[in-house]
Amino acid sequence: MNNLSLGKYFTLIVIVTAVFIGFLYISPKIFSDYTTTVLGNVYIFIILAVSYNLINGVAGQFSLEPNGFVAIGAYVTALLMLSPDVKADMYMIADPLPLIKDIYLPNPFFTLLISGIVSSLIALTLAFPVFRVRGDYLAIVTLGFGFIIRIFLINNPSISNGSMGLDSIPGFASYFWIGIVCLITVILVYNIVYSKHGRAMKAVRDDEDAALAMGVNTFKTKTQAFMTSAFFEGVGGGLLASSIGSISPDQFTFMLTFQLLIIIVLGGLGSMGGSIIGTFLLIGGMEVLRPLDDANWSIAGIHGIPGLRMVVFSLILLLIMLFARRGIMGNKEIWDYIKIRRNK
Amino acid sequence: MSLSFILQQIINGFSLGSMYALIAIGYTLVYGVLRLINFAHGDIMMVGAFMAFIFFKIMGLNFYVAVTLSIIVTAIVGILTYVSAYKPLLDKNAPKISLLITAIGISFFLESLFNVIANQYLGGTYQAFYFPKWFSAILHIKSLTIPVLTLIIPIMTLILLLVVLYILYKTKIGIAIRALAFDINTVKLMGADSNKIIAFVFALGSALAAIGGISYAMAYPSIDPYMGMLVGLKAFAAAVVGGIGSVTGAVIGGFILGFAEVAIPGFFPELGGWKDAFAFIFLIFVLLFKPTGIMGIDFERQRF
Repeated sequence: MNNLSLGKYFTLIVIVTAVFIGFLYISPKIFSDYTTTVLGNVYIFIILAVSYNLINGVAGQFSLEPNGFVAIGAYVTALLMLSPDVKADMYMIADPLPLIKDIYLPNPFFTLLISGIVSSLIALTLAFPVFRVRGDYLAIVTLGFGFIIRIFLINNPSISNGSMGLDSIPGFASYFWIGIVCLITVILVYNIVYSKHGRAMKAVRDDEDAALAMGVNTFKTKTQAFMTSAFFEGVGGGLLASSIGSISPDQFTFMLTFQLLIIIVLGGLGSMGGSIIGTFLLIGGMEVLRPLDDANWSIAGIHGIPGLRMVVFSLILLLIMLFARRGIMGNKEIWDYIKIRRNK
Repeated sequence: MSLSFILQQIINGFSLGSMYALIAIGYTLVYGVLRLINFAHGDIMMVGAFMAFIFFKIMGLNFYVAVTLSIIVTAIVGILTYVSAYKPLLDKNAPKISLLITAIGISFFLESLFNVIANQYLGGTYQAFYFPKWFSAILHIKSLTIPVLTLIIPIMTLILLLVVLYILYKTKIGIAIRALAFDINTVKLMGADSNKIIAFVFALGSALAAIGGISYAMAYPSIDPYMGMLVGLKAFAAAVVGGIGSVTGAVIGGFILGFAEVAIPGFFPELGGWKDAFAFIFLIFVLLFKPTGIMGIDFERQRF
């Protein structure tokens, strides 16, 4: 942990929580609906980015499959929240499997928990083949798994309703509750990062062979990081499904993984504060650039062209990588700058 | 299951496989030298197909001139990506992951740029691809129907493989490339201009990708700005299956994956929907049993 006393640490957590809950309470009143929607989206992406950062930045295992875990979380949530009657009407291509049809647990808390657990268990089974390889090979294998999960969803219409996806998912994930889950996630992941397990993860990242020699069970450590990351990605997926209201396999492509990867690298790999800032910059930046797609918009004689936003966005990304190549925060944290130093 | 059906599947599989192979060679060359998964390589292939389309259909040049020009332009685009994006990062010893994000950034940039170009100037994202009639001729041998194209592409791939192998093993620049792949720092110390050599690698890989892209566009006569994404990833899977860093391995991997993608749905129609995932399923199995791929060298222990 840090060298704050336990009492001061709890005080800090309580203050942060109170301020954030106050902000969550007041922001719908002072901001427009559009802004709060974007902010809710930002909170979901903070959950995803912080947990992705755990496996990728903290444990140093270059995994490229969060899109798969987010998809699993989203589908589990949707299947649990939809009532058997609704499902019977919705499945067009094939009838739902009896188990899928009857399963019904409309309690948001348990639903999100189960989404996380299912996603985490799948991570456990994937860990055995995935962690046999390292580095770039790991990247391409995990990328393959993310892809296979999506193909599975498309090709099993009796489970997932195929490429048509699921809709009318109950919108329990209101702006306020997304914010609360985001806060809990950040606090939990923070505590993992600065625990014994977190230090083991960093040891594996910095030198796997040395960590092994020092008695760290590297496979176990990597699997723990992978499962924790998958758990929160599953929860984030559940929130995403509920806040959008409809899901289809096309939402969970590499694009989602790459967005998260951009966020954590932009913020600084391994820095939690960086992941949070990176999320605001990416999601916010995408919104700021939105007029570029609008053909009616113009400035200094330059008109918006549909699709131009992505061109400008990727150019900005390339420039950031050129000039701030270790990300905005490097591997430092916010408190490294405000003199609340941790023990080395 | 008749013999002609099996033969038909084999021919189609080799044809698709050779396109993967052409793209996989580019991945393997860049990975061998820089240890970088060049995610933008699939989009370089798309650029090749689009340039051929623009030169042939929009500018009305002769088809062979258009193809040659598009190969040259694509090679230049490949060099430009290296010089403008990767080289500055390599010079500053940036972490590997920054290079990877840059590769993804270039991939997005090329995709969205050609998306805008296609929407604004070509009249839509999806475009039918045009080429001389005789390519689409179909040979009837007994009960086999063989499009001429599916014969030309594998033969062309094998010739190009021989050319690449000749360059790598018989020319001075080939020796330099192999030396660079072995130990980049020593090569720099020996006074070789590593930038020129890497730029050549990018040009060679991009030119092959352009040929692969044009073949792909002719086989499925259509192009779109996002066509390179999935094909590129599958070709990378092919390169890893064959053993990344080995050019022959890339071609073997490409053929295996292309064959699997055509033959497995051919023989087991119920698996048709899984077609796009075979590359990755194969990849995972190969890595489980032989983590360096079929022809692979162990890169894990070699560091820069």
